[in-house]
Amino acid sequence: MRQVVLVAGAVFRESVRDRVPYSMVLFAVVLMAASFLISQLTAGQDLKIIKDLGLAALSIFGMLIAVFLGIGLVSKEVERKSIFGLLAKPITRAQLVIGKYAGLVATLVINLAVMTAAFYAVLAFMNYSAPESVRAGWAAPALDPRLLVAVVLIVAEVAVVTAIALFFSTFSSPLLSAVLTLGLWVAGHFNADLRNFGEVVDSPVIAAVARGLYYVLPNLAPFDVKAEVVHGLPVAMRHVALTLLYAAVYSALLLTASVAIFRRRDFK
Amino acid sequence: MGLMALLLAAAIAVQVVRDRGWVPYEPPNPTLWVQSGPLMQRLSLSYANLMADVYWIRAVVYYGGVRRGGGGAKSYEGLYPLLNMVTSLDPHFRVAYRFGAIFLTEAYPQGPGRPDQAIQLLERGIEQDNGRWEYFHDIGFVYYWWLHDYPKAAEWFLKGAERPNAANWLKPLAATTLATGGQRDTARQLWTELLKSDMGFIHGQAEFRLKQLDAMDTISELTPVLQRFINREHRLPQSWQELAATEHLPQVPLDPTGVSFVFDSNTGRIDVSRKSTLWPLPIDAQTPAGLPQ
Repeated sequence: MRQVVLVAGAVFRESVRDRVPYSMVLFAVVLMAASFLISQLTAGQDLKIIKDLGLAALSIFGMLIAVFLGIGLVSKEVERKSIFGLLAKPITRAQLVIGKYAGLVATLVINLAVMTAAFYAVLAFMNYSAPESVRAGWAAPALDPRLLVAVVLIVAEVAVVTAIALFFSTFSSPLLSAVLTLGLWVAGHFNADLRNFGEVVDSPVIAAVARGLYYVLPNLAPFDVKAEVVHGLPVAMRHVALTLLYAAVYSALLLTASVAIFRRRDFK
Repeated sequence: MGLMALLLAAAIAVQVVRDRGWVPYEPPNPTLWVQSGPLMQRLSLSYANLMADVYWIRAVVYYGGVRRGGGGAKSYEGLYPLLNMVTSLDPHFRVAYRFGAIFLTEAYPQGPGRPDQAIQLLERGIEQDNGRWEYFHDIGFVYYWWLHDYPKAAEWFLKGAERPNAANWLKPLAATTLATGGQRDTARQLWTELLKSDMGFIHGQAEFRLKQLDAMDTISELTPVLQRFINREHRLPQSWQELAATEHLPQVPLDPTGVSFVFDSNTGRIDVSRKSTLWPLPIDAQTPAGLPQ
């Protein structure tokens, strides 16, 4: 466990030194603040648009950080040959993979926390500056704590995407890993179509394959509750709990597969 | 740093010179390349709400742009497809249904004058959320104000009154509409209720329409005065000042925005001036019922 924490700490420090996440966080914060500028064009829908834009920025930039840092976690060490130095230390390959994953997830959580704080600051200003009559017309309060449910699920989705990126990083180049990760992310949002494929095709074999893929590929659509929280609609806690459990189990599956592949790799 | 500032200034200067002699091509009607809401929803992945916002801003800008656009025939052809796209991407975007219906019903040239499309849009809202009484009220309103179908309006007000948490004035409004639909007082009652709306745009619309009703009341009061002058002098007055002086009016009559009324030199028909923001009045001010025939 200590080795995992040490590796995670090293990844975290390296990520902090890397300026890419900073610029992305900064860009997301600027984007949220700039949403005020468009309020003149929204016919009074500025709060909804700020919430939509804020949550989308959290999700998009979280995902981009996960992909572009995740794909280099292992492959960079191999390219730089620094993997030899790491493997010579008293640390197993499993500890190395899990530590790297934990370090990147910790980085992402902190980045997303900063973005969330900026998001709530923008909403607090909106709440403060809007007259009472305008506030009465909002579908949900500006500082609605339910927004955090969406944020928590974004963090969970980003954790799954990080595990996917790490998985590809263990056996392919960074570019290919990025393409494959983004591909799986897109497929993960179309997953529900695979489940219902049987209703539109005659072949039971194809329907069964599609249904199989539905269960095997990451199902990312349930992580998206942005629309519900923005409109103040209820999100069942059971759904949130099961989705978080799914994220934990699926990430564990990908980490296990990553460890298995990484163990078999010969770096000579 | 100095060189960068110089180059930036040069880039701006070149842009200014270029813009003087170049007008980018703009099609007369912007094309909506993807017309299918469900397809766009798929393409938006988990960002359908954000895409709905983008299309909503496009719809608002499109409507405002055409409405404020200079001379020539105005075409609002793209408005309904845009609103349709917004509500497909975000079916809970209730303002898109309600404000969209207002945009669609506005009479030409202020809007496309399509109450049928407004009703269609609001019915889509009801399909998504059957419990929202505002959609029923808004359909009733379209029937009342734009289509003058008072029994149908009352029917929708009544349906709205049956929804949970419906406003308590809907049921009496249905009864009044059925009994005295078409009278200016009923219209005033309707707009006065909407004035209480917590949605700024609807509140503004109600304020505007109530001012128009006030202007129509004034016109109704001025019409017999003008008629009296014509009967006596066998001519139209030279000006409002002359009418005010001979008919002992306390002052030159102004509409609620402070602009003088005008009268047609041939027919003597009084109307709000084209310079007034209240022009055109949606209903024929001089018909006895105060509503268009």
